[in-house]
Amino acid sequence: MTKDDVRAAVLRVLMRIAPEADPAQLKPDLSLREQLDIDSMDFLNFAIGLHEEFHVDVPEADYPKLLTIDGCVNYLVAAAENQGGISGDVPF
Amino acid sequence: MAEFLMPKLGADMTAGTLVAWRKKPGDAVRRGDVVAEVETEKGDIDVEIFTDGVIERLLIQAGEKVPVGTPLAVVREGGASAEPVVESTVPTAVPFAPAAAQPGAAAPSAAPRPTVSRSLAAGDISRLRISPAARRLARELSVDPSKLAGTGRGGAITLEDIQAAANARGVSVPAPAPIPLPPLSAVSAPKALPTPATDRFASMRQAIAAAMTRSKREIPHYYLSTTVDMHASMLWLADQNARRPVTERLLYGVLLLKAVALALREVPELNAVWDNGRAERKPDINVGVAISLRQGGLVAPALHNTDRLSLDELMAKFRDLVNRTRAGSLRSSELSDPTITVTSLGESGVETVFGVIYPPQVALVGFGKVVERPWSVAGQIVSRPLIVATLSGDHRVTDGHRGAVFLAAIARLLQEPAKL
Repeated sequence: MTKDDVRAAVLRVLMRIAPEADPAQLKPDLSLREQLDIDSMDFLNFAIGLHEEFHVDVPEADYPKLLTIDGCVNYLVAAAENQGGISGDVPF
Repeated sequence: MAEFLMPKLGADMTAGTLVAWRKKPGDAVRRGDVVAEVETEKGDIDVEIFTDGVIERLLIQAGEKVPVGTPLAVVREGGASAEPVVESTVPTAVPFAPAAAQPGAAAPSAAPRPTVSRSLAAGDISRLRISPAARRLARELSVDPSKLAGTGRGGAITLEDIQAAANARGVSVPAPAPIPLPPLSAVSAPKALPTPATDRFASMRQAIAAAMTRSKREIPHYYLSTTVDMHASMLWLADQNARRPVTERLLYGVLLLKAVALALREVPELNAVWDNGRAERKPDINVGVAISLRQGGLVAPALHNTDRLSLDELMAKFRDLVNRTRAGSLRSSELSDPTITVTSLGESGVETVFGVIYPPQVALVGFGKVVERPWSVAGQIVSRPLIVATLSGDHRVTDGHRGAVFLAAIARLLQEPAKL
């Protein structure tokens, strides 16, 4: 799973939460909360979506690292390296 | 015999359009069963029945718009086995009304089809969970969204689903269509496309305008505010969530909702509706939760028996309610049953909410943002997470003193989150 694959998967999860959004318009380094008007329930659904997609359980304390798309990708890639691969179907 | 009526799904609703029947004559129904779908500005609502019995006759066809209180069906009460009912005036297979039908598209024929097989009915298109952007893309790419299984929230069809369908078609043979589908033009036909999003938002805006105007015209509001120390609640929550998998975590909003519900047991006169010049206290505490929609607008459906749910149950129901509200998939009782409303605008950064009561309710509780501020504890200035709780009360029903007792109860309950 390449970094681009991770990014695509993150966007896929995001689109389930904000189906009206156009992924091409999202800025990867800006806050998702602001770009997509995401509230805490949406964010929880996003974290659950990442859990389903990547089989990682992001601790609440790490939520701030997931506030941008770049942040999510970096976090998930790092988590994979630390754990010797995300325990998903497709290891890095 | 009992009649199943067009429900009033909100203070401002005067009429509703029957989108589809979910039951047919001869079907046994139990209290709480979904019998019909009704289109409102809040989405297509699953309408429940509050009688046990057997559907005797359907009086209204799908596609018809009728005033609130109009009998939609006749129900024989009691669970007794029914002789099969042959209905002559309304066929078992309910064809959608001509108004909703697109000529040539899935023409309602004499051939009966099961009532609940709605795959071709105009009403069904309205049930599609699809965003305006995805609908537009579907039209551009000539993809029929009604054939897709959405992967979005609540089964919503996303831009990606449309794109994937178009891509799949591009490289492979078109998927076989076992059932002839209405041409796409049916989807975009003025009447067959029930409530394009823009119309729905416009009518939702109107509905909110009507309810709020009535509130400000009729209800003499009084307003109270208190600052609540959230230290104990936030610590407890962080500790709980650190030990829970992401799927079982709680939001602090759940603590607020439960505290409001328990405080209402202490001040039950706030859990009421104003009806015909007098307040009617409600035995059940059904907290309505103000939920903003992604593209504007607001719905405040009820969490039934909020006071009797554990925090875990409440969280699960709250999450489900928010997701279904945003997907436009609520049940009638959720819209007609709230006995008070809670609105939390802290997410948007405001610190204090001065709420407008949603008639016929007689109170609204507002919460602002949790902010870290200096706070005095036992003579020492410490930093504490604080939240401002406000009450908008109907002065015809309660006075400031009882309102103050209520807010104080909320503040007290939030000091012992483990007991909520």
